[in-house]
Amino acid sequence: MTAQSYNFAYLNEQTKRMIRRAILKAVAIPGYQVPFASREMPMPYGWGTGGVQVTAAILTPDDTLKVIDQGADDTTNAVSIRKFFEKTAGVPTTERTGEASIIQTRHRIPEKALRDDQIIVFQVPIPEPLRFLEPRETETRKMHALEEYGVMHVKLYEDIARYGQIATTYAYPAKVGDRYVFDPSPIPKFDNPKLDDCPALQLFGAGREKRIYAVPPHTKVKSLDFEDHPFEVQRWDEPCAICGSRESFLDEIVTDDKGSRMFVCSDTDYCAERQRAGARP
Amino acid sequence: MSPLLSAQGIGKTYGTRTGCRDISFELHAGEVLAIVGESGSGKTTLLRCLSGHIEPTVGRVSYRMRDGRVLCLTDMSEAERRLLMRTDWGFVHQDAREGLRMGVSAGANVGERLMAVGARHYGNIRAAAEDWLARVEIPGERVDDSPWAYSGGMRQRLQIARNLVTEPRLVFMDEPTGGLDVSVQARLLDLIRGLVRRLNLAAIVVTHDLAVARLLSSRMMVMQQGQVIETGLTDQVLEDPQAPYTQLLVSSVLQV
Ligand SMILES: Nc1ncnc2c1ncn2[C@@H]1O[C@H](COP(=O)(O)OP(=O)(O)OP(=O)(O)O)[C@@H](O)[C@H]1O
Ligand SMILES: [Mg+2]
Repeated sequence: MTAQSYNFAYLNEQTKRMIRRAILKAVAIPGYQVPFASREMPMPYGWGTGGVQVTAAILTPDDTLKVIDQGADDTTNAVSIRKFFEKTAGVPTTERTGEASIIQTRHRIPEKALRDDQIIVFQVPIPEPLRFLEPRETETRKMHALEEYGVMHVKLYEDIARYGQIATTYAYPAKVGDRYVFDPSPIPKFDNPKLDDCPALQLFGAGREKRIYAVPPHTKVKSLDFEDHPFEVQRWDEPCAICGSRESFLDEIVTDDKGSRMFVCSDTDYCAERQRAGARP
Repeated sequence: MSPLLSAQGIGKTYGTRTGCRDISFELHAGEVLAIVGESGSGKTTLLRCLSGHIEPTVGRVSYRMRDGRVLCLTDMSEAERRLLMRTDWGFVHQDAREGLRMGVSAGANVGERLMAVGARHYGNIRAAAEDWLARVEIPGERVDDSPWAYSGGMRQRLQIARNLVTEPRLVFMDEPTGGLDVSVQARLLDLIRGLVRRLNLAAIVVTHDLAVARLLSSRMMVMQQGQVIETGLTDQVLEDPQAPYTQLLVSSVLQV
């Protein structure tokens, strides 16, 4: 089959309209999980089919797409999604955060501040933050409707009782627009503050679970915590070993088989841009 | 003072089967009512209707709220009813696993209701949990243990602490001592009796054990085939039962 035989961005127009309606509803009710008729995509569920469908529904020929996985553009997942849209939509792609109009991501938000002419699309495996304590879907819906969010703090309480601190470091729950508690997808809690008052539109797609939700531009996003155990982000004792940044999220890398290690930026584009500007450790 | 809870003509059918029917009574603040009867007589069905867990097919349950308003359960919004259940009411299940969150620690179990009504200070929540564990005779050092590590009797006491932490005025109990060893039962009953008196709690206790009714309740209702066949002060009913079924029940049990 040739690329020309696909509709633009793979999905047919009717499906895209259906997804756009779900997105509009999600934007109108910040943090609320909107059900949508998730389609089979030519890739397995764990590969971000929810994000891919959202991107396909909002993509236009004028867009420039960036795809990252764990902060990097060159991982298998990111490369295959980028190729998918190059082939089916023919849109230009970029690795530079500043040049992208749409950024699809798994597990990170870029370090470079997003702008109001950008959209970030998150791939979500499990959209329901209440799932951990309440497996019944009918019940979690009711809990959202009635704002019964006490159990979220039960989970945080349990963290502190067990580990002496809030040990949740990924998919850290937050309240959107003072109303819905949501799961920001498995980004590190380091990225949670970026969700708050962000100028870019933030869209979340869960393929297997058939949910779309959104944080519209400049919406308040407050990470849950206790008065005596306030929300905190991860910190590192050392800067990035390549660009010297003390502001970015660092990955630990094993450099040889003797167990030598170093810490480097997880956001490879951010690190590269700093290097181009002459930054050194 | 008007009654705390009043039931008017409660009936519940499951298809063609009768769960319970035509039940009316009033419960006053601080009063303990026992519902006794053989298996299948409709005790649990009635308790679930009264506590808002299921909707009766006919009849009304009304409740005097903390602010003095008397509301019919079915006229409340769902939010209001669920808040009532989490604050002013308690529910102690026969099977503690139904009434506890088995996946989190004892402290989190007790703290949950406080967090549900907005408590956001970890240290205070934990202190309240330890205080309530002590009141149900669970040592403070077990606060971080999982309920899985608790004995059956401890789980029941944990369930009670978890319910009482918001200082409810009414507690529903369905066979609270069922399935426990006799000596464990006795200790639990003493504890419940002490708490009910000290906190001036009203309670509706379902049991098929007349000894439980005698120890805990001031009034009792005897059920058979979904209906109340006898009601009165517990001491009187046990000493001088009127209905033939009650006479049978009393003579067969209390003489052992
Ligand atoms: N969910 C249900 N669906 C159909 N019938 C039911 C249901 N629950 C209870 N019943 C029936 O209603 C009647 C009363 O049952 P209920 O459980 O209230 O009795 P009980 O007095 O609590 O008995 P036990 O002492 O065994 O717990 C029984 O005939 C029972 O089979
Ligand atoms: Mg029963």
